[in-house]
Amino acid sequence: MSVPVLEAKGLTVRRGHVQVLEVPSLSLEPGSVTALIGPNGSGKSTLLQTLACLVMPSAGELLFHGSPLTARRERHAYRQQVTLVFQESLLFDTTVHANLSAGLKLHAVPRDERERRIEEAASRFGITHLLGRSARKLSGGEAQRTSLARAFALRPEILFLDEPFSALDPPTREALIDDLSGVLRETRTTALLATHDQVEAMRLADGLAVMHQGRIAQTGGVAEVINHPADEFVAAFVGMETVLDGTVTASSQGVLTASVLDRKVEASGCEAPGTRVRLGVRPENVTLSLGEEARTSALNHFPGTVTRIVPKGPYYKVELDCGFFLAAYVTARSLEELRLREGSEVVAGFKATAVHVLRG
Amino acid sequence: MELIWEGIKEALRLLFTLDPEVLGITLLSLKVSVSATLISLFLGIGAGLVIALNRFPGKQFLISLINTGMGLPPVVVGLFVTILLWRNGPLGFFEILYTPTAIVLAQAIIATPIIAGISVAALQQLPPNLRLQILSLGATRRQMVWLLVKEARLPLLAAVMAGFGGVISEVGASIMVGGNIKGYSRVLTTATVMETGRGNFDIAIALSVILLLLAFSVNAVLTHLQQRERPR
Repeated sequence: MSVPVLEAKGLTVRRGHVQVLEVPSLSLEPGSVTALIGPNGSGKSTLLQTLACLVMPSAGELLFHGSPLTARRERHAYRQQVTLVFQESLLFDTTVHANLSAGLKLHAVPRDERERRIEEAASRFGITHLLGRSARKLSGGEAQRTSLARAFALRPEILFLDEPFSALDPPTREALIDDLSGVLRETRTTALLATHDQVEAMRLADGLAVMHQGRIAQTGGVAEVINHPADEFVAAFVGMETVLDGTVTASSQGVLTASVLDRKVEASGCEAPGTRVRLGVRPENVTLSLGEEARTSALNHFPGTVTRIVPKGPYYKVELDCGFFLAAYVTARSLEELRLREGSEVVAGFKATAVHVLRG
Repeated sequence: MELIWEGIKEALRLLFTLDPEVLGITLLSLKVSVSATLISLFLGIGAGLVIALNRFPGKQFLISLINTGMGLPPVVVGLFVTILLWRNGPLGFFEILYTPTAIVLAQAIIATPIIAGISVAALQQLPPNLRLQILSLGATRRQMVWLLVKEARLPLLAAVMAGFGGVISEVGASIMVGGNIKGYSRVLTTATVMETGRGNFDIAIALSVILLLLAFSVNAVLTHLQQRERPR
């Protein structure tokens, strides 16, 4: 197994008497892109700044390629090999070219090499035509492209990205995510991206770390975390809208039956009868149908009443009262075909494999 | 009206004939005020950096104190500098009272809070994460400070202009600690006060026109510097 590019051990950060970060361990594998997701205030930025050696931890250590970063000189040398892109573009009040050049000058890159790297980074992010322009006159998207190009021009070993797209409008964000995704793959740069947008995380990252209240609640591959959230918080944060409390009444061959408010829910799992469990169902895994066409395969079926329909851009979230709360996503077309209104009677169905048995 | 016109004509005559006394007063004014501004620039921007970039107890109180100091009455400064430099005063052994050096000292005390106050505001208005951004680009702490100063250059040059404007135009402290000694510690403002007192309005107007031209020329150079590097 390869040595992680960066490893954090027992990191804690205190502000006054308050502990704002506690990360027992975290490692970044070479070339990996990890998304650090969590709500605002969960400690993502503090963790990123600590890992980038911009904030001194109260305790714990950082290992870069296995070597601890203890002395001031080592930390400075490390900072020259990593960089951080913030949510604000934080450009200098000069031209785009001078902005790209600034970091390279700090790295004492010779002039010819500097020009080559500026040209390359500007071309990667499509800002070559802006090189002579004042940074003050850039749009939000152009400014963030410049900020990313400035970071990539340094050819960092690790790139930390702190919600770099959250201040951008959707079309600009989409285009920039595509470009960044391409550049990350092409350059195989190890990256840690903080975001509160799980879709952004899924598009860019191959690993997820979910943060909650200054701690990492779960780490793993994207599918692993999304489909097998470790606890209720992760489930809620990664989009599991329905969480049901129940007790296992039967369990056999990897399928359990749990009693939830006098209804039987089948789920994949091996918990023993009598165990209290929490079950998570993601809204995109719930199908809705009208009564007569419902029982077509071995699903959990629950008749229910539509209590609310919430538009969510390309789809709608339909909230149901099935004796318990259940949410489902449907397309506009399905909504029309099923003639769903508040008060409509429907049958909700989901497979046993779509039910996540949550620990905790 | 005629009096003003005569004064302006007299000013031009004194300037173009390079009147040795007026030239001496003008050069001394420039020398004293530029020296005081340079000293307060060093102290004011230094203090501004320390205050703006660090967290410490009493920071807000200190900023309030500096802001109050921005309106320090020159006569009060003159009074305390005179007491300090008086023969029996704590700094009397320097024997610099009624010398241009004493004027530089008093003017530096007047300009330092002006420059420090504007510097703190200029540095605090930079984005809070800019410091971290610069460090994350690989800067040392010293390089980071320099880049921050560069980034705040426009308001910092305004601080220099305000500081210089404050000292070139002040009269109270200069007259008290400099003594307005002819050919030695007489500057444009003290000479203007004296000539006005004597009823020599034409010379007083001439001196004040020179003072205005001097202030304008220095500020024009600073404004040029301020606007020059600004990308279009």
